Parts: sequence; structure tokens; C-alpha cells
Amino acid sequence: MTVADDLLNPPSQGGSARSAPAGLPGAKAPRRANWAWLGLLPFALFAAFFLILPIVYLVTGAFQTPEGTFTFDNLIALTGPAILGSYWLSIKLSLVSALLGAAAGLLLSWALVLGGLPRWVRGAFITFSGVASNFAGIPLAFAFIATIGRLGIVTVLVRELFGFNIYGAGFNLFSFWGLALTYLYFQLPLMVLIITPALDGLKTEWREAAESLGASHAQYWRMVALPVLSPSILGCFLLLFANAFGTLATVYALTGSQFDVVPIMLFAQIRGNVLYNPNLGYALALGMILIAGLSNVLYLVLRSRAERWRA
Amino acid sequence: MKISRIVSLVIVLIAASYFLVPLYATFQFSLQMLRGQWSFQAYRSVFADPNFLSTLSYSAVTSLVAILISTLIVVPTTYWVRLKMPRVKPVVEFITLLPLIIPPIVIVFGYLRLYGSDSLLPLTVSSAGTNLMLVIGYATLSLPYVFRSVDNGMQTLDIRTLTEAAESLGANRSTIIFRVILPNLRAAIVSGAFLTFSISFGEFVFASLLNRPAFGPYLVQIGQDRAYEPAALAVLSFALTWACMVLMQIFANAKPGASRRRRGAAFNPLARRKTA
Repeated sequence: MTVADDLLNPPSQGGSARSAPAGLPGAKAPRRANWAWLGLLPFALFAAFFLILPIVYLVTGAFQTPEGTFTFDNLIALTGPAILGSYWLSIKLSLVSALLGAAAGLLLSWALVLGGLPRWVRGAFITFSGVASNFAGIPLAFAFIATIGRLGIVTVLVRELFGFNIYGAGFNLFSFWGLALTYLYFQLPLMVLIITPALDGLKTEWREAAESLGASHAQYWRMVALPVLSPSILGCFLLLFANAFGTLATVYALTGSQFDVVPIMLFAQIRGNVLYNPNLGYALALGMILIAGLSNVLYLVLRSRAERWRA
Repeated sequence: MKISRIVSLVIVLIAASYFLVPLYATFQFSLQMLRGQWSFQAYRSVFADPNFLSTLSYSAVTSLVAILISTLIVVPTTYWVRLKMPRVKPVVEFITLLPLIIPPIVIVFGYLRLYGSDSLLPLTVSSAGTNLMLVIGYATLSLPYVFRSVDNGMQTLDIRTLTEAAESLGANRSTIIFRVILPNLRAAIVSGAFLTFSISFGEFVFASLLNRPAFGPYLVQIGQDRAYEPAALAVLSFALTWACMVLMQIFANAKPGASRRRRGAAFNPLARRKTA
């Protein structure tokens, strides 16, 4: 029997009961079960060659010398001052932007869901958030330069109206806080999109039950709502963190290679081997996989936990 | 209750101004190219640059081919998994999420090393090979979105009954997939395609490291050389993103069947990653 024949007569059609009279009893069922895997082959090959093998290549390279012998030297070299400083800067920036995004997003989402505002306000913000969370990278950098760059509209307006120079006061778009403010433009809408369903899931019965037991407004939030929401909030925070950690285009368009976050360092390493050791580059990538990967996977775990409350 | 309403009004107003001021400011900035007057000069200058249209169309074509490849891989696989091997679905789903879990720069780094000049399959040494590499890279990046929308779309279809009906009429497997399942998923696929397109037309990291004449690297170049054109390009990009998202929503809502998971593809928390 050929593969084509087998595909034409799938087990779902008849199962063993119908295939038995066809002539090959017994041996047939297990053989068919094996053929079913062939249907996964195109996907499996694509995923292996263009997703899994490239990652495996980098990860194994991180544990090898350029000559190919096993070593921990690359990982130890990650703790050198330049690379460690770069990781620390990345982590700080991602933490700050995730905290800002999560707090602002939670507030906005609370206002939209429970604030008693007209329904269309919520619809407008959700739709806008869908667009804004995808409006990132280079155009976003351009928009912020036109707004609060040195000659940006808002910078100039504030100077002319109030005689106040925000750059003179220490603000700089091309610095840590400037980047954090820019990241907020995609972090805030992302937070709104993912936390709103969780706030929707707070049942009015819970609040009524709490109130009938004599709980105050604050007690309800502290002892009922926040504990229910906390896996979602933590999960969203981790997603925002990973999101900021992997951001490259926005930083690159704003600051070129000046602002040495890990993706920028890796970018420079791929372009010109600035670390003078290809295997150290692999170790740098491994560090990114671990940090971004762990926070994303934790997010997925927390999300499935949070979904229990919405059954 | 009154107080919470005032507080939420204040929050919403602050958020709205944070979102809208940069958009307005960018637009106003883009009109200031000629001293002392408003004009669309920056836009004229953008459209007069032959590199603008050539890089934009290069990126559009690569994105579309990538979406096509990933649809051709995802639809039969999702169908097969749902019909025959529901047990492996979590594995397939996790693999399709990997491009969101692993930063894109790491994936392209892996490509450059695995398919570099001294490898068994040196794709990155020729121009055709690099184009292929970029298309494959975008197909990989689109996997999460395409899988999610196809899977959501398939959830509303009774694929087993459709398959059996088609089989009883004598259809073979590829006829079933391409003439029965695929047309039923059209809206879901198009919706996923617009989402993918909105994030890949300005993608920078893959295009830049593979050294391709795409829109993302072009944007960076203009950002370094010019003052007003970048603002015009940001306005145009925002409009394009907006158009993609609106079209995506329209198609996501056009699915047949009522038990659709609302906003599944659009607002799935992981269903995005900036072009970073």
C-alpha cells in the first residue's frame, strides 16, 4: 500500500472494523498510526531548520571555544564589566518601562472597565490600543523626535509659552528616561489589551458578597480583587518586561549604537565582531534567550492560571 | 461613585493626551519643511525619492510571500493535528509561539551562522539566497499570528464533518484542504495576514542584518540624513498600521459561525511583537 492510498483511506473513515475485510488484519492499525506523523513533516522540517536548529547552534556555541572544545569561559566572560553593564542597563530599562506600563495600563483599564464612563470611550481606547501596540520601531522613534526632541513641537511650545527649556532642566529624549517614555507608547496599550479581560472577569457577585459581609471598598480591593488579579498583573508585567528587553529598532533609531543595551550590543557584534570572539556573541545570545524566554514562558504559565477564574 | 467617575475621567484624559499629542505633533512637524508656512513639501520629497517606493514594495512583496509560505505550512498542519493528532497540539502551539518567546535578533543571528558562508547550506552568500532567508525569517516571525488566527478559525468549523462529506463525494486529501478547508478559513487567514503585514513591512533587524533593501533600513537611513521627512514617514507608517489593523478587525469579524472567540487574533496578548 502506498502513502497516497493510505492518505485516501484514513483510519477515521473506517477504523479497524472496516479495514479488516480489506485483507491485512492485525498489522494494519499500527502501520496507519505511523503514517499519520507524515502529515506533520512539512511543519516539523520548517520548524527544525529555521527555528530550533539556529537556536541550538547558538546555545551549543556558547559552551565552546572557537576551536570547538567544551568550555564555560564564554559564560564567565559575560560577567566582564562591559557586558554585565549592558545587561544591567537592559534589565533596568525593561523593569522601569514594564513597571510604568503595567501601572499606567492598569489604571487606564480600571477607568475604562469600572469607571462608569460611556461605552464608546472603552471601544475607542481598545481599538486605538490595538494599533498603538503595533506602532513601534523606527516610526515611533521618529514621532517622539518630532514631539519632544530638541526641536520637537512640544519642546518648542513649552519654551515659548512658559519660557521653560525641558532640555535645560535635564530631560533628554536620547537617554534612559527618554527611552522609557517612548517605550511607554507601546507598553501602555499592550497592558490595556491584556489586563482588560481580567478586570472584566471580576464578578459583581464577589463585590456584593464582600459588601454584605461588611467589607469596605478598600478591603474588597485588597482582599478579593487584587489577589484574584495578581497572577494576571504579574504575568502582564513579565510580558512587558520581555517585550522591552527584546526591543532594538526603537533604541537604534533614537540613539544609534550609543545606548548600549544588550540587543544593541548583539547587533554590533553580529555586524562587526566587536567582542573579538564569535563564541562570546553566542553567550550573549544565550543570555537574551534565558531572560526573555523565561519571562515569556512564566507569563504563559501565569496566564493559564489566571484563566481558571474566568470559567 | 461620583468621585471614582471623576478620577477615571482624569485618567482617561491624561492617557488620551499621551496617545494623541505625539501623533498630532508629528503631523504638525511634518508640515513645517518650508519656513514660515504649512506645506506638504516633506511628503512630496518622500514620494519623489525612488528608494521610498522601491524599498516599500520590496518589503510588501517579501511580507506577502512570507505570509503565503506560513499559511501553506500552517493550514494543512493545523488541520491534520485537529483531525488526527489532537495530542500533539500543545507541542505545535508552543513551537509556533517560539518566535515571540525568543527575541528576533537571536533568530536571525542563528540564521547567519547556520547558513553562513562556511556552512553546508550557504544561503547568505548569494542575493537570491539572502532574499529567501529574509522571506523564511518573516514566515517564521508570522507563525504565531497565522497559527493563532487559523486555529481560531478552524475552531468554528466542524472539520471532521466537512472532511467526511468531501470524502464521501470522492475528494482526496489535497482537494479537501485546498477546496473545502481553505476557502472556509479565508477570513481568518486574511485577518492574520493583515496583522502580520502591519508588523513586517517596517521590520528592521532581519532586513538590516541580512543586508536587504527593505523599508526598515531605509527608514533608519532617512532618519540619519533628513529632518522633516522622518516625521512624514512616521505619519504614513501610522496610517498604514491603522489601515492594516482596521482591515484585520473587519475580517476577524467576518468569520462564519457564531461561536467565534471574540478578538482572538486581534487581542491575543502574545499576538504582537514590534518590529524591533
